[in-house]
Amino acid sequence: MPNKKLSRERRGYIGLMRTLMAVCASLTCALVLFLIVYVLIKGVPNITWELLSTSPSYLTQRIGILPDILNTVYIVIATLLVVLPLGVGAAIYLTEYAKNQKIVAVIEYAAETLSGIPSIIYGLVGMLFFCQFLGMQTSLLAGALTLVIMNLPTIMRTTQESLKTVPQSFREGAFGLGAGKWRVIRTVVLPGCVDGIITGCILSVGRIIGESAALLFTAGFAHALNGFFKGLTSAGATLTVALYVYAKEQGEFDVAFAIAAILMGLTLLINLAAYLTQRYFRRKKAL
Amino acid sequence: MKSKKKTFETVVHGIFLILGLVTVGCVLLITVYLIVSGIPAIREIGLIKFLFGTKWASTAAEPSYGILPFILTSIYGTAGAIVIGVPIGFMTAVYLAKIAPPKIKTVMESAVSLLAGIPSVVYGLVGMLVLVPAIRNLFRVPDGSSLLAAIVVLAVMILPSIINVSVTALEAVPKEYEDASLTLGATPLETYFRVSVPAAKSGIAAAVVLGVGRAIGEAMAVMMVSGNVANMPSLFQSVRFLTTAVASEMSYSSGLQRQALFSIALVLYLFIMMINAMLNFFLKRNKEGR
Repeated sequence: MPNKKLSRERRGYIGLMRTLMAVCASLTCALVLFLIVYVLIKGVPNITWELLSTSPSYLTQRIGILPDILNTVYIVIATLLVVLPLGVGAAIYLTEYAKNQKIVAVIEYAAETLSGIPSIIYGLVGMLFFCQFLGMQTSLLAGALTLVIMNLPTIMRTTQESLKTVPQSFREGAFGLGAGKWRVIRTVVLPGCVDGIITGCILSVGRIIGESAALLFTAGFAHALNGFFKGLTSAGATLTVALYVYAKEQGEFDVAFAIAAILMGLTLLINLAAYLTQRYFRRKKAL
Repeated sequence: MKSKKKTFETVVHGIFLILGLVTVGCVLLITVYLIVSGIPAIREIGLIKFLFGTKWASTAAEPSYGILPFILTSIYGTAGAIVIGVPIGFMTAVYLAKIAPPKIKTVMESAVSLLAGIPSVVYGLVGMLVLVPAIRNLFRVPDGSSLLAAIVVLAVMILPSIINVSVTALEAVPKEYEDASLTLGATPLETYFRVSVPAAKSGIAAAVVLGVGRAIGEAMAVMMVSGNVANMPSLFQSVRFLTTAVASEMSYSSGLQRQALFSIALVLYLFIMMINAMLNFFLKRNKEGR
């Protein structure tokens, strides 16, 4: 053992740091494990087919979360539909068009600022602007548009990262064959950044599903069962908002835990999907 | 023909420029809306009375709008979360970046990103049913919904940000630094803590600032465990944060009370802007550091 030769203080220091590190690392692991196991154990037994497939009714005192599930799906679709063109377009502008460094700096600073703003502020401004100023009332659409602003930086950043990996020679080759700029972007650049767009989508879906503070005042907390277009124009709770309402305002902890277990499952799934797609694209690029 | 193609390209360029500027537009929109809707109440109440008033009674017959309890609670809560979360996150980060075998590292990193992905309401729910009763029994207080519960929940919630950013900073330390230290006779562990960590200090500072931003902006989880009464902060008392002050009264507020809520949001926004500026400063220095 080389440690024998070291002075006592040094050995003490090393021992102390090693212990602290082991304690902290295992604490982090234990925490994750506890959260997953606790939520699943408390939640999974409460997930019944009736809960998943019905809407709540005061008459029969039944609680169902089908509307909340559908609302979550609607809001994810609506948000992605709007945020994708915006975010990808912004990323393309930054990497392909922008020559003025000042504009680039301003846009990137704006994106960083956006990603630091707390969701409750998004909720507030979304309520003022979309619900009141644009007259959308409390609706899923207003909620989705609020989430668009929130997720814009994510899509932008992941697309930008993958655009940077498209080799310059591809673009030059296409230009050399006489293609215009737009044609180069459409046929060479965009196909090259599909991986970034998909990663961005997965990350955004995760954020949208987990978001609650921004939706409380923009999308509201109604539990009506609607189709896609009707749903977008009416108020509705997503799963997270429903969890909050059931736990905090109605004290229905069984239902809350069932929703929490579903959310936990979705989070696991999304993380797995993000991991797998990243690995898939990295291998594909390495070939 | 040629000019037609040129016009087309110019139009496309213009469209992409507009898409790029949407982000800037959003930031301006948020800033302008918060200022415009936040100023009137401050003007009516008086800046000093608003910021340093210790009593918040928005629904009383003679309402008083002092938000010092919220500001202090947010500061104390964030500080508490940092005091607990940073050492744990930092030590875990050093382990992950320098010592952990690749397999353990992959597993732990996915565990950490899972922690980041769990919705805040789930944290709030677990906090409500595990942490709050535990605090009540452990410290023999009548209600466990307290500043302490919020601090613990926040500490857990900022862990992923701290770990991820610190790991990235520690991994970017040039290997030559560490090799030099090892050659001079320092043990690996001494090298990590006395050479790598100081070399990555700007990045680690950025991690801490990011954690501060996360903690001060969190609303839902805190709302579920902190009890939500507008007291001056004290560890075992029910408290209200800047974020939860906005969230809890928004649905039924009107008139001056509603405007005061916008003013609170403006104060929160100013805090966040300061934190963002600090974050940028550290990230920039981290890049230029080597």
